[in-house]
This record gives sequence, C-alpha cells and structure tokens, in this order.
Amino acid sequence: MAETGNTFADEGAEKTFRAGLARGEFNIQQCGNCKKHVFYPRTLCTHCGSPNLVWKKAAGTGTVYSTSIERYKPEAGGDKNIAVVQLDEGPRMLTRITDIAPADVKIGMKVTAHIGEADGIKLIYFRQA
Amino acid sequence: MAHPLRGQTAVVGVGLTKFGDLPGKTHLELLAEASHAALQDAGLKLTDVDGLFVSSMGRVFHPLQVAEYLGVKPSAIDGTNVGGSAFVNAIQHAAMALHTGVCNVALIAYGSSNRSDRKSGTRGPGGNPNAGVMYQSEYKPMLPVGAYALVANRYIHEYGLTRDQLSSVPVSFRKWAQLNPRAEMRGPLSLEDVAKARPICDPFTLFDCCLVSDAGAALVMTRADRARHLKQKPVYMLGIGSGTSHDQISQLANFTVTACAMSGPRAFAMASLKPSDVDVVEFYDAFSINPILFIEDLGFVKKGEGGAFFASGAAAPGGRLPVNTNGGGLSCVHPGMYGMFVSIEAVEQLRGETGARQVEGAEVALANGNGGLLSNQSTAIFGTAATLGASARTTKRAAPKKTAKKVAKKSAKKAPKKAAKKAAKKASKKAAKKVVKKTAKKAVKKPANKAKRRS
Ligand SMILES: [Zn+2]
Repeated sequence: MAETGNTFADEGAEKTFRAGLARGEFNIQQCGNCKKHVFYPRTLCTHCGSPNLVWKKAAGTGTVYSTSIERYKPEAGGDKNIAVVQLDEGPRMLTRITDIAPADVKIGMKVTAHIGEADGIKLIYFRQA
Repeated sequence: MAHPLRGQTAVVGVGLTKFGDLPGKTHLELLAEASHAALQDAGLKLTDVDGLFVSSMGRVFHPLQVAEYLGVKPSAIDGTNVGGSAFVNAIQHAAMALHTGVCNVALIAYGSSNRSDRKSGTRGPGGNPNAGVMYQSEYKPMLPVGAYALVANRYIHEYGLTRDQLSSVPVSFRKWAQLNPRAEMRGPLSLEDVAKARPICDPFTLFDCCLVSDAGAALVMTRADRARHLKQKPVYMLGIGSGTSHDQISQLANFTVTACAMSGPRAFAMASLKPSDVDVVEFYDAFSINPILFIEDLGFVKKGEGGAFFASGAAAPGGRLPVNTNGGGLSCVHPGMYGMFVSIEAVEQLRGETGARQVEGAEVALANGNGGLLSNQSTAIFGTAATLGASARTTKRAAPKKTAKKVAKKSAKKAPKKAAKKAAKKASKKAAKKVVKKTAKKAVKKPANKAKRRS
C-alpha cells in the first residue's frame, strides 16, 4: 500500500478557501504540475491528477459565460439574475451579477468579483467591470 | 467483431401505471403496480426476479426498501442514482449481470408520487436532490430549470437559436401526445402558446418545462436465449453507453455539448450501428433545449442544426425521424425521473404496439436518458429480431432481400430451427417494409434553413 503521508496538509482545501473568504480574500488553486487553475477547491488537479495544488490570490476578473433571469413574482422579490462567470484564470463558477438589472447582464460582459453574504455564508458575487 | 453484450439480453416485459394525479398511492405502491404489469406482460412471476435495479429521489437505501417491499431476494441489486437517466444506465448494469449469469431475470422499476407530494406540501420520500451542493446551492439558484436555462442561453449565443425553433420542440411532442391516449397533455399547442406562456427562467416559459406527475413504470430483462421462449416479441439490447460530464452546472466544460457526445458513440459502437440506422428516438426532454442538444450530440444532425431540425417538423408525426412518440416529459408524463419511460416507449414501438403513433416498420430505436443537470447521459439502442444478425444495418438497407436471407442464416446458428424460420419470415417481411419506407424518406427534404452562428 501507499500512504498519504505528508502529501496533503492537515487542513483540507475547503477549509483553507473558506478561511480566506472570511478574511476577505478570493483565493484560487493552481496546479504545480500542469500550471492550470482549479475552482472550486479540490484535493487533486482535475486536469492532470496531481496533488500539488498551490493557493494564490485570484485576479477577481472574468467574463459572463452565460446568464439567465429567474422569474419571481414581485412579492417574492422579483426577477433575479443567475450567471456563470469564466474567471480570467480559466475555471468557471456559478454566481449572481449584482448592482445591475437582470436583463442588462449579457454574455461576454467583463465583470469583477466582490465578496458578499447570504444566510451568514460568505459568497463571491460579480459586478460589471 | 461484435461487442459481447450486443443482442445478448432483451426487454421481455414493460408495465405502466396510470399517469397524472394519483393522490391515493404511495411511490412504492406505484412501483409495485408497474412491476406486476411488466412481469405479467413478460409471462413471468415476481418470484422469478433475481435482479433488482431501482433508483429514486427518496431513501438512500431505496434498493433495500424495494426488495423488502416486493419480497424479492435478489442476487444482483443496484440503486445507482445518476438522476433521471438512472433507469437507462441500469440497462447497462442489468445487461452485464444477466450476460455473466449473476442474475437471470432483471426488474428495473420506478414509482413516484411527485405531483401529489407537491400538492400536499410535502417533498415526498426524499429531499431536494440539488440541496447541499457547495458552490451551487449556496446561491439558491432556481433548479433544475436555471441550469438548463444557462445552457440554453449559451447555445442561443453561439448558434442563434430562435424562439420559434425552441418552441417547435414542445409543439412537435404535443402532436405525438395527441396520438397517445395515455398522455396527460393532449390539447392543441402552438408556437405562440409557448412563447406567450408564463416566463419561468429565461429563455424558458411554462411550456418549455416538463410536467410533474404521479406514475409508476417497470421493465423486465432476461438473456436473449430465454427471451425467445417468453410471451412477447423480445426487444433486444443492441448497445448501451453511459456518459458523465459533471455534477454542478458550472463544471460542464462546454455548455453546448452534453455527455451524449460520450454515451452516443459508446452505444453505437456496441450496437455496430450509426445514427442513420435509427428509426425512432426517445429523449428525456426535461426542458425544450434538451432534445436540440441531444439530436446533435448523438450525431443525427450537425452542431447548431438541432433547432432547424425540430422547426422543420422532422421529429413530429410524419417527419423523417420521429422523436418522443409518446409525447415525452413535456406532454406525456414526468414523475421526476423520466428515464424509465424513454426505454418503455422504445420497446413498445419496436413491438409495434403503439396504435396511432406507431412508426411503421420500426426496427431500431434509440432511448436517451438525461440525469442531474445534464450531468449523466445514458443511451440505449434497441432492435427487433431482424437486427440481430446484421452487424451493420447499412447492408440491409442497400440490399434488403439479400440481407433478409443473411439475417435468417445468422440467427439459424444461434436459435433453434423453429425460431430461425420465424425470424427469417419476419426479416423478409420487415425488409420489404423497409424499401417502402426508404423511398418515402428520400422524398422528405432535409431542413434547408441552417442555423446562423452569431459572432
Ligand atoms: Zn494539473
């Protein structure tokens, strides 16, 4: 058998990422082997399988890959934007574009990240760059 | 050389409950009713079942629950939940278990009280399958519809799909539903009706979204040698392919390409067939964008031409490639995990039992299950006895008479003489039908309005 030994830090990627977010940081992993980026936080690189994932500060910039308008009645809060943003590092993430009318969010729009909160959980949102 | 699973197993019985509002029944009762019907159809008994393949949004221990409820003690048991495609995916597992002798009679079964549970304000036996997915559910997206909407909008951006082209999907399936007495939605539906319906999640309106039903469905599989001696005309499993691309929607690598691009080639390779060999197609149409993606990713039309394909009427009654002949999840029935129903409609079509909606001379049917948020695609290719001997169907189409003989010769090697004679008779009959069909097909022109690609 092979043992995991010291290959992995005591604290997993999930905890490290959330701790960073709590401090107001948006961090992302980059593979030390294939140099590609990974998001959401992982244990092994999804491109090459390497455990050598290194944390770095995300650029916080990206492009709207797709967008939609969730239709809610006014009494339920009205229409909401939902989007998938492609980070400039490469990976994509589900998010919401804030500070803009849902219908004004367009595919290809440049956006920048900000940290918000929903039900006590820190989350990454974006607004038009 | 033919794949070792090609034609080795067959669906020998199918069973359906009533569809729609069934507030007096639990999901297990619906599953049991459908199982009873499927076994009766096959001429088999519950005590013959030694392989159990189930999946549900309910208990994690659902397979144990069903085994106990039915009183079966299976030697092969499986409850892989890859979403609504689970029941097509289960065909792969059942075929392997049957072929290797791990089990002899496989029951694939499903029951759901989804509609009644929602009406009564409960979430039924299980929770929300999209809850607790980190980096997705924390944003509280409208799911599952939101994920499919994001895919649809990206597709529109890349390929210029129009509202009418998208609407032609539910409109096309409604026309089939109107020929199916079992279908829940049988009223007229126009392109305008779809466009003007209540918006749900752009670009989808109410009619772009599948139904919510109570229903049960089951099918029974055995090895081909046994299938030939049972009550029904066996429907052979020629090819099965499973493809998995992601769990949460943000992780789908290319929003315009589904895992059908994996499952399809796998299924076609096992079946030694190609898309042009398929007579009838059954898709899991959770949302109107799905069939457009699947028809492309399975190789029936080029990327970007799916919208034009449906808008041309090609998939509707009288079209060159019938799709969702029961009316699909959009118009027939949708109890939450529709995958069970694509296979059942495919089987009924190949048995020639679908009345007004029967695709004349159908010999090869493709059933594609969709699971999760487009996450798993499972593709099954079924064929009649006439498709067993021929490794590729093109030969038969090119020279129908010759191939009819060839089919008979080949099946003679495998089956007893009586069955061989029967198969030969059937094959020549089918081949003759095929010629007529082929000529008719030629007359229908391919859709000319190629979808424009936006920059
Ligand atoms: Zn790597």
